[in-house]
Amino acid sequence: MDVNSNKYTFIFSAAMVVIVASVLAFAAESLKPFQKENVKNEKMQNILASCGIEVERDAVKPVYEKYIVEELMLDIKGNLIEKSEVAPFDVDVLREFKTGGQRNFPIFVCQLDNGEKIYVLPMIGKGLWGPIWGYAAVGSDFSTLVGATFDHKGETPGLGAEIRESFFQEPFKGKQIFGEDGDFMSVKVVKGGVDPSDLHGVDAISGGTITSNGVSEMLERTFKAYEPFLKSKMNS
Amino acid sequence: MADEVTIEELEKEPKEPLFSKKNKKLLSDPLNDDNPITVQVLGICSALAITVQVKQAVVMSVSVLFVMIFANLIISLLRNYIPTRVRIIVQLVVVAALVILVDQILKAFVYDVSKQLSVFVGLIITNCIIMGRLEAFALANKPWPSLLDGVGNAAGYGLILIVVAFFRELLGSGKIYGYNVIPDVIYDLGYENNGLMILSPMALIAVGVYIWIQRSWNTKLIEE
Repeated sequence: MDVNSNKYTFIFSAAMVVIVASVLAFAAESLKPFQKENVKNEKMQNILASCGIEVERDAVKPVYEKYIVEELMLDIKGNLIEKSEVAPFDVDVLREFKTGGQRNFPIFVCQLDNGEKIYVLPMIGKGLWGPIWGYAAVGSDFSTLVGATFDHKGETPGLGAEIRESFFQEPFKGKQIFGEDGDFMSVKVVKGGVDPSDLHGVDAISGGTITSNGVSEMLERTFKAYEPFLKSKMNS
Repeated sequence: MADEVTIEELEKEPKEPLFSKKNKKLLSDPLNDDNPITVQVLGICSALAITVQVKQAVVMSVSVLFVMIFANLIISLLRNYIPTRVRIIVQLVVVAALVILVDQILKAFVYDVSKQLSVFVGLIITNCIIMGRLEAFALANKPWPSLLDGVGNAAGYGLILIVVAFFRELLGSGKIYGYNVIPDVIYDLGYENNGLMILSPMALIAVGVYIWIQRSWNTKLIEE
């Protein structure tokens, strides 16, 4: 057979497209449950990590169920949504953020062994090359950060990507969202270093300016959105 | 000299040992005399992008190795059935399908590796070395030599990646494979990591230095 005839070329291309498409579609469909499970477990792991509970990904589910006692959700005005169609855990904040802004604001309430309640707020923002996200854990005074975790899609390795590392995340502990008289201050990532006693600033990553600014912006926007909730809890 | 042996061997066919001199050359040539990065100057883009840390260079090298072996094998098996006019498209489809398939499997079963790889998946598909080897070798050779050619070229690529990443990570972040190797005492004496090493231009210079050293030592590569 002439492999260079028009007819053969067409048949070959058509067959190739059909075969490759079905193989890929089959693989994607049959692997989806496993992939979803991984993503879900990772989310649980990140939420727990922001409260200072480290756990292996495979063993995360029972631990999550033990510590996370409540899942709440706020609407865009900061009001508590009593009855929601989607569970707070299943809200894809990244998708909302990409398509016209975040509309649902989940809160995960973690109760530690000593009875202290920590409120975990998911964050989403923009880095240099793609989205960055994380979880901020606010302590029972509704102002002090107990911990924060950050992750990213594709920041520059060695520079912006370092937001994933503990040396960057550790200083967030003990920082405060509100000033002494209750003003909204947020927590900023400051270029050129900060005084460790500064309650509203942490040291930025040198060389990772745009990612660091993205983290600052993300923190401020997130805390602003949760401000009504935190304030009302603080005063009650 | 080596070429004469090859022709004799070709004439003597069909029985040829799996690791004949010719086949061994397929493995060893890309490491030095015919290195895809330093001699053929292919795949530079990914070499610049992911040589900041050794770990990423290793992950990338292994992924390219995997994709290269299977792409070469598949194209070589199909070589007599691929219409010449659409061969590049066929090659691209095979490489892209393989990469996506691998990524899906990793995502399902080895999630951590897939997270590290995420950024590079696109880079693997566009890696000119893979397309280059399919076009130049696998389309005209039997499956076994094609497979060896794939292993050799991926190894040659990985070698440069890891060597460059080693120096960039050492000088740029004071680490190797993510571990601190420079003692604090040296920092106390005033040593600073060279931030420039982390930026892409230094990768180009590092590859350039590698080529310089390679050429001064391997005289075969010096053109008249």
